[in-house]
Amino acid sequence: MTSIAKPKILHKGLRRNGLGLTMRDYEGGMSTLCAGCGHDSVTAAIVQAFFELDIPPHRAAKVSGIGCSSKTPAYFLGASHGFNAVHGRMPSIATGASAANRELYIIGVSGDGDSLSIGLGQFAHAVRRNLNMLYIIENNGVYGLTKGQFSASADIGAKAKKGEENRQPPIDPVQMALALGGTFVARSFSGDKEQLVPLIKAGLLHKGFALIDVLSPCVTFNDHEASTKSYAYTRTHRSTAVEADFVPARAAIQTSYAEGEIVDVELHDGSRVRLRKVSKDYDPGNRGAALDYIRSRHRAGEIVTGLLYIDESEPHFHVMNGTTQTPLASLSYESLCPGSAALEALQRRFR
Amino acid sequence: MSQDRVNDFVIKLANVNGTGSASANSLLMRSIFRMGVPVSGKNFFPSNIQGLPTWYEIRVNEKGRLARSGNVDVMVAMNAQTYLQDLHEVTPGGVLLYDSTWPRDKLLSRPDVTILGVPLARMCNEHFANARTRVLMKNMAYVGALTALLDIEREVVEELVRETFARKPAAIDANLQALDLGFRYAREHFDCPLPTRVERRNLTAGKIMIDGNTATALGCVYAGATVGAWYPITPSTSVMDAFKSFCERFRVDPETGERRYCVIQAEDELAAIGIVLGATWNGARAFTPTSGPGLSLMQEFLGFAYFTELPAVVIDVQRVGPSTGMPTRTQQADILAAAYASHGDTRHVLLFPADPRECFELTVTAFDLADRLQTPVIVMSDLDLGMNDWMCDELTWDDGYRPDRGKVLGAEELEQAKSFFRYLDVDGDGIPYRTYPGVHPKGSYFVRGSGHNKYGLYTENARDYQELVDRLLEKWRTAARLVPAPVVRTHPEADGLGIVAVGSSDPAVVEAIERLAEEGIHVDYCRIRAFPFGEEVERFLETHERVLVVEQNRDAQLKSLLTLETRCPKERLEPVLSYGGLPIDCNGIVDAVKRVRLAGVAA
Ligand SMILES: Cc1ncc(C[n+]2csc(CCOP(=O)(O)OP(=O)(O)O)c2C)c(N)n1
Ligand code: SF4
Ligand SMILES: [Mg+2]
Repeated sequence: MTSIAKPKILHKGLRRNGLGLTMRDYEGGMSTLCAGCGHDSVTAAIVQAFFELDIPPHRAAKVSGIGCSSKTPAYFLGASHGFNAVHGRMPSIATGASAANRELYIIGVSGDGDSLSIGLGQFAHAVRRNLNMLYIIENNGVYGLTKGQFSASADIGAKAKKGEENRQPPIDPVQMALALGGTFVARSFSGDKEQLVPLIKAGLLHKGFALIDVLSPCVTFNDHEASTKSYAYTRTHRSTAVEADFVPARAAIQTSYAEGEIVDVELHDGSRVRLRKVSKDYDPGNRGAALDYIRSRHRAGEIVTGLLYIDESEPHFHVMNGTTQTPLASLSYESLCPGSAALEALQRRFR
Repeated sequence: MSQDRVNDFVIKLANVNGTGSASANSLLMRSIFRMGVPVSGKNFFPSNIQGLPTWYEIRVNEKGRLARSGNVDVMVAMNAQTYLQDLHEVTPGGVLLYDSTWPRDKLLSRPDVTILGVPLARMCNEHFANARTRVLMKNMAYVGALTALLDIEREVVEELVRETFARKPAAIDANLQALDLGFRYAREHFDCPLPTRVERRNLTAGKIMIDGNTATALGCVYAGATVGAWYPITPSTSVMDAFKSFCERFRVDPETGERRYCVIQAEDELAAIGIVLGATWNGARAFTPTSGPGLSLMQEFLGFAYFTELPAVVIDVQRVGPSTGMPTRTQQADILAAAYASHGDTRHVLLFPADPRECFELTVTAFDLADRLQTPVIVMSDLDLGMNDWMCDELTWDDGYRPDRGKVLGAEELEQAKSFFRYLDVDGDGIPYRTYPGVHPKGSYFVRGSGHNKYGLYTENARDYQELVDRLLEKWRTAARLVPAPVVRTHPEADGLGIVAVGSSDPAVVEAIERLAEEGIHVDYCRIRAFPFGEEVERFLETHERVLVVEQNRDAQLKSLLTLETRCPKERLEPVLSYGGLPIDCNGIVDAVKRVRLAGVAA
């Protein structure tokens, strides 16, 4: 996790958010990724989303695994706590963190290697738990950090830089999350900030597990002609099913959209995600149909992006576990220890 | 058989797994305990749910010698499959009780063993209508026969029946009837009581019978742990079962039903320890119970926790390895794997409880040490201690106890601080200060398993890295001063011979020492309770010419650890090993002491 401190240059007239903070307050150290790496654009989108949501940086916790993608938490939210776990095991750290402090905004950043190979099990179980977190996979089809081996998201027929062809079918985190009962499933592209920033905001405020699979090209190992995860390929093969706009709680409701094309989904804090259907026959509230649609478009060589599925009604991790509203880590010891009289009484059955 | 064996014998019950014998056997044991006579019960069960042979061994000993004895004075042979083997095991002069519903071949007897047949199945079939009841009640019927034969007070047994089935009145009746069937049959057909029998004493006041896993779970509750993560594995499973049931009793809001705890059944042990670390990072007390295979899976994260300095409490209820090994048999064979878990220069604090009371107390200590030292602490229990009922002193609790959360900076301290750096050794004891997420903007830092310097920043600089890991070594030295001291027992006439042991070997060692003393041979004993070993262990090793290291594994792992981590020359240490999977008995220790003394004389 190399990072270099950024020089503090204060621009005059810098925009301030509701907390009086500037965008700079949400940045982190200087990135040491390759110039042009998709991951850096995702970092920028995260910074913007947190800034615009007025989230106090110290209330956010960044978690990641290992990989170029997993390094990025060092490059955003420098004033937040961060946790760079071991390879593929970030979801378990996030689970423990959420169990201990349910009030945190947990943002996880992972890679396709980190989440779909070594960490596939933990990823799947975090979805099942409906853990309250935003989980971003920066998906580039390769292991960037170990120099360009195929990852499990590589498409059949995709070629590595040195010409080797992948013959195994890809694992698609979006389809997996849908199949596993994921309650917020989205896909986006690092090169499309307009789409990505609202998705990050909505994902952060979603109560439950929010997955955003972000196609994030690796310029060094997977941006060549025969790659299906390059900038050029992604731009030309991308189709959007549903665009999501984020409407903060305090904003007035606009109703100028034509009926049938707009769906407003209310998030727990009163803000809304406004879904604009780009594809007429797509329904982001129908899990089975969403899966079918994504699959059939994939067969046709298209990558479907947007907020593909959302359900605010499913119980999240803490509801399922019946945990108290107060974060467990903040409970007083007195409320946890039954005391000597109880110990004495319960030992009757051992006599 | 002519010899009187009052309050000093072993009953072994051979059953078929899944026939409901466990509760009857435990009732039998507890009846003796309630008559004031020290007793222990050891379960030798198969890794199976139904159908395989299973044994339960009850040692009755008014001197309080409760290790496995190796003898069988009364055998209850309820399993036709193992009958021959069971008969063979009876100590000459002993008694064998079997179900005489079916005639037994003459060959299946021994002239030096008194064979008593009770038609258990026939009596129960005649008496009970329901098929399952007939099977279950055979167990209570033999308890009834033993009650008469061993002179156990019938009222005590009956009272226990009523308590045990308090919520199922129908079961009380059936059990009392079955008890009566066996009792009357024995009275009518045999000379009751046998010379081998129980006599009331007053030796169990202030004691309880409890298994180590339940006591460990209580330790977690009383230490204030709120997050428990686990993946089921024998023999640790009952730790979490017990934790859950205590929490349901003590930590659920009666009005809202909200829980002040969170138990997470993880997808595997890698996740279980990850969940623990995520929770302790955020200031909760968290733990994971596991056993050998799980400990192996936790290695990477344990090294991570050591290096990033996060607390964690791991309960390792050891079983027989390597690999899957024998999941329902006991060993102390994870010592080295736990002490040095994970790649790179890592060392972990280990605690070794020797009875359920210590499981309770040392588990609380484990949480305090983990927080104080900001590092994983592994409680080294084992199957014998964890799953069997041991007699021990009642658990007591000091209501003045408050958890030692170690060096944590809160919002106010951070507000006043000029700056905060996670890994600075401010106090010179090798322990830095930590903060929890969400508390204060100034407290933020990055937990990273990659190279970091004392400011918490990424580094690949040789000097900065070395400075950090050297400071960890300083912390290790601090740990050696903080961990529980050994329990040392010396005798003025011991001539330079000492025994060192850990954990559940204790009763066997103590019995060996007492038996040797009866022969005029005296040895000193140092029961180690923690790793790092500390000065008192060093001193014991230094002051004894010859030290027998008693442990339950093949490779003398404790001895290896002592040679690596103390100043003691390895020639001074002599291993005494027991590793077949049954709890250690005192015989091998007694023999080893005698052997070493002879060799000493010859030299
Ligand atoms: C247990 C373990 N095995 C292997 C590695 C080596 N390793 C580091 S990053 C990585 C792959 C990362 O790929 P991905 O998650 O796709 O991240 P990217 O670099 O492509 O962003 C591997 C295999 C490791 N750190 N830990
Ligand atoms: S190797 Fe690829 S993924 Fe890694 S920083 Fe460079 S461009 Fe990004
Ligand atoms: Mg990748």
